[in-house]
Amino acid sequence: MRLLTHNFLASNVKGVSTGYPLALEVAKTSIKEVELNVDFLRGILPKIDWRALFAATSAAGFPELLAAEQPPEAELFAEGAADVEGSAIRRLHHALLEIHVEEGTLVCPDSGRSFPILKGVPNMLLHEDEVRH
Amino acid sequence: MWYLCVFYHRLLDYRRPEVQSLAELFGGPGAGAAVEWRMPDNHHEDSPFHLVLLPGDERLAAQIANRSLLVKGIYELWGHGATYDELEKAIRAYPDERKLPYLTPESSFKIVVDSFGKAVSFEEQNAIIKRFTYIPFEGRVNLKKPDHKFFVLETDDYGSQNGLPPVSQKTVFFGRLVGAADRHVVPTYELKSRKYIGPTAMDCEMAFLMANQGLARPGKLVYDPFVGTGSILVAAAHFGAMTMGADIDIRVVRDGRGPHCNIWSNFEQYKLPEPLCVLRADNNLPPWRPGLKEIFDAIICDPPYGVRAGGRKSGGRKLLKGIIPPYIVPDEKRENHIPSTAPYSLAECVHDLLLLAARMLVIGGRLVFFYPVLRDDDVADVAKFPEHPCFKLVSSCEQILSLRYSRVLLTMVKVGPYTAEVERIGEERHQEFRENHQKWMEEGNLHSAVFSPAEHDGKPKFDKDSKPKYRGKYV
Repeated sequence: MRLLTHNFLASNVKGVSTGYPLALEVAKTSIKEVELNVDFLRGILPKIDWRALFAATSAAGFPELLAAEQPPEAELFAEGAADVEGSAIRRLHHALLEIHVEEGTLVCPDSGRSFPILKGVPNMLLHEDEVRH
Repeated sequence: MWYLCVFYHRLLDYRRPEVQSLAELFGGPGAGAAVEWRMPDNHHEDSPFHLVLLPGDERLAAQIANRSLLVKGIYELWGHGATYDELEKAIRAYPDERKLPYLTPESSFKIVVDSFGKAVSFEEQNAIIKRFTYIPFEGRVNLKKPDHKFFVLETDDYGSQNGLPPVSQKTVFFGRLVGAADRHVVPTYELKSRKYIGPTAMDCEMAFLMANQGLARPGKLVYDPFVGTGSILVAAAHFGAMTMGADIDIRVVRDGRGPHCNIWSNFEQYKLPEPLCVLRADNNLPPWRPGLKEIFDAIICDPPYGVRAGGRKSGGRKLLKGIIPPYIVPDEKRENHIPSTAPYSLAECVHDLLLLAARMLVIGGRLVFFYPVLRDDDVADVAKFPEHPCFKLVSSCEQILSLRYSRVLLTMVKVGPYTAEVERIGEERHQEFRENHQKWMEEGNLHSAVFSPAEHDGKPKFDKDSKPKYRGKYV
């Protein structure tokens, strides 16, 4: 599971109103290289909850990777920034798309329900008694 | 400019929409709708020969043809006629300023003779090529890597023996090749050599057509909520899109058939970037953060509609029907508990899919999915397909699967934002649609409509001759 996915997921257990952000507990991560695409990042950035992303990178073992506050777009998308090692956009790309949580748990902040991540696949399926009807 | 567009003689219904989708993809918004079609004289719509008006320059035409699967060639038409004499007249009349740049001494060329509905022997081909001495070719012939390829395309005045309505007159076309499909993707990605497939894995050619309808390309995010073994996402990833998938069946998405035979290995096999995420989730209760919307550029899927595989959703079957009272899973059993699921009817499945797409697609994003149609359905065409106020139907392409049913590939574009008002109208339209299609939208009905015994009170229920023999959609 990439942290981009973590940023979008919430717990939808019965009785929970937000269920977001899910606390990330990590047992094993790997790095999967993905080609950087500036347009993709520009499109997806407004949908990102930066605080949840920042917390997730720390939980995944990369506390220094991102700034606590979202850098201004002018800095992120500065001409040529994508080619500079360690630039804000490179680090954002790495955080969103390259850190892969292989094993771990997602914990609902409201109900404490935990969703296991095994072989990189988060299991978000609910038990019968957790389904809203 | 008008071009001659020659198609492969297969998936007839899918051919024009593919060209239009690719025009949109390479030419920008509106380019797909700007495409116009005409048929050559005496040709039926199902003939492989079409005339197409494409916006933009020749580069766009080449891009469209090269990425397509069903375009055998897009040609600049220099002339056509019923006979070779008529053809000569037409070519001579074609303006020199269009012809001469391709006939220069420093260029190389090749002439190919191709035909539809007839075979042309090697000797005949040579004789045909020799007729074209009236075109002032000055370049060298190069059969391997010519700069310009010219095609002589012949159709016969055949009868109806090859399944097409008869063409009343023989036609010969002469044109310069602008671009053609690279069908190497079909042998490369065909299912029989793929490591991990399931019983409903999408045929690779169809998956690539779906990815084209979904305008998959680098920088775009494609989502398949019924991902299975990932056969649709493989095609989207081939075109450079980022992919995400979900499925309710954890054995398929997480375990596959072992560490080297699973959804990830399918991407590894073709050296494609793997999906950004595969998750186990229920499309009936999608686990997205509240307020999250407009993140996917396309949703491309083949929903389980209960003919070959039935859908499942969360909540026990007996529980949802009220046969057993609600129960609580005991804490000590929670960890390894396997939640029971209930059948997911087509009506609900389509409803949830439209809702998901309305919320999660960007404006201008596309929803591409298969939808089953009973062939004896007498419902008027207008109400045939599900509708949603956020979406406009771009194309519907039928593929006949049996005497009783077909599947239709629907391509919809999101034209408006998702709001509370839209949700209300969407709900109303869904109810209307559901009522009109009551008889087979519910659990199991489509399956029995397709598979129930053909005999009924001693008489065959379906008369083979009751349907038109030729529908043009079998091939």
